[in-house]
Amino acid sequence: MNNKLKTLTKGIIDVSPLMIPVVPFGIIYGVIGMELGIGSYMTLGLSIIIFGGASQIVLLQLFSGGASSLVILSSVAAVNARHVLYGAVLSEYLSGLNIFWKIILSYVMTDQAFAVSNYYFKKNNKDNNYHYHLLGSGFTCWTIWQISTILGIVLGSVVPDELGLSFTISLTFLALLISDFRKFKNIIVMLVSGIVATIGYNTVPFKAYIIVATLSALIVAVLLTLTDVKKK
Amino acid sequence: MHWSLIIYAGIITFITRFSMIFILKKDILNDRAKKILSFVPAAIFPAIIFPPIFLDNTGYLDLESNPKILAAIFAIVVGYFSKNIIATIFAGLISYWFLIFFYF
Repeated sequence: MNNKLKTLTKGIIDVSPLMIPVVPFGIIYGVIGMELGIGSYMTLGLSIIIFGGASQIVLLQLFSGGASSLVILSSVAAVNARHVLYGAVLSEYLSGLNIFWKIILSYVMTDQAFAVSNYYFKKNNKDNNYHYHLLGSGFTCWTIWQISTILGIVLGSVVPDELGLSFTISLTFLALLISDFRKFKNIIVMLVSGIVATIGYNTVPFKAYIIVATLSALIVAVLLTLTDVKKK
Repeated sequence: MHWSLIIYAGIITFITRFSMIFILKKDILNDRAKKILSFVPAAIFPAIIFPPIFLDNTGYLDLESNPKILAAIFAIVVGYFSKNIIATIFAGLISYWFLIFFYF
């Protein structure tokens, strides 16, 4: 097997276990899109154009709550802030590629693809075709996300409201945080964010509660890291 | 919803992923910046998680007849011990169904 194809296949295989929770998440997203009545084209359109589960959910949640476009877009930007970190970390490996590769790889860079490909890059920095790993992992995420969105769109009309599937969204995000449950500082940051958002839901104007809560929690995070530096 | 909103949201998402790869030659963020950015998921996801769990449909705090709080706590316990994403989601969902069908 040629080297590019081998690395591409490795990317696909490495990311596959992480696709298991993506399927129910995509289905739920599709169901919720249909329940909110934005129609099948827009529900799938969001998955193709935005291609980011958390961003899409936040957009729908705020849109259905009647938030303005400015608030929706700044909340989407806040949700995406973590991608800046991913880009900064990966830039070391991807800086030599041409602009076409950079665009393609940026579009498919999800949490899951970043996690497995960053690990691969660190271990295999001698491999000249290492970027094929991210192509493989990224497009696997992309394909699974689109298929599960379509499944959700189809199921949207038959899944009864009583099952409370919207609650699964909360659970999915909660599950993404399990690695933070054992870190004391992260728990404080999470509580600040959640409590500020809950209080702010009715009190912060323009439905900007997500932004206010995130900023408050990040300020607390900065304060907590300050104590780290002092200890050194 | 208008398509333009979706396209803008798509552009913003793309820019956050593309910007650093495009600008940086090397990984230049210092450890402190990385440390702070690593708190971003913990800072944002609870803001999305908490309100739908604690508030009822009219936006008021509901701490008494609220199966979602109990189910979320159960999911957190399972997540803490299993460190497994799927197990966490299903523990929360199944306990939620159990609660709404039998108690609430």
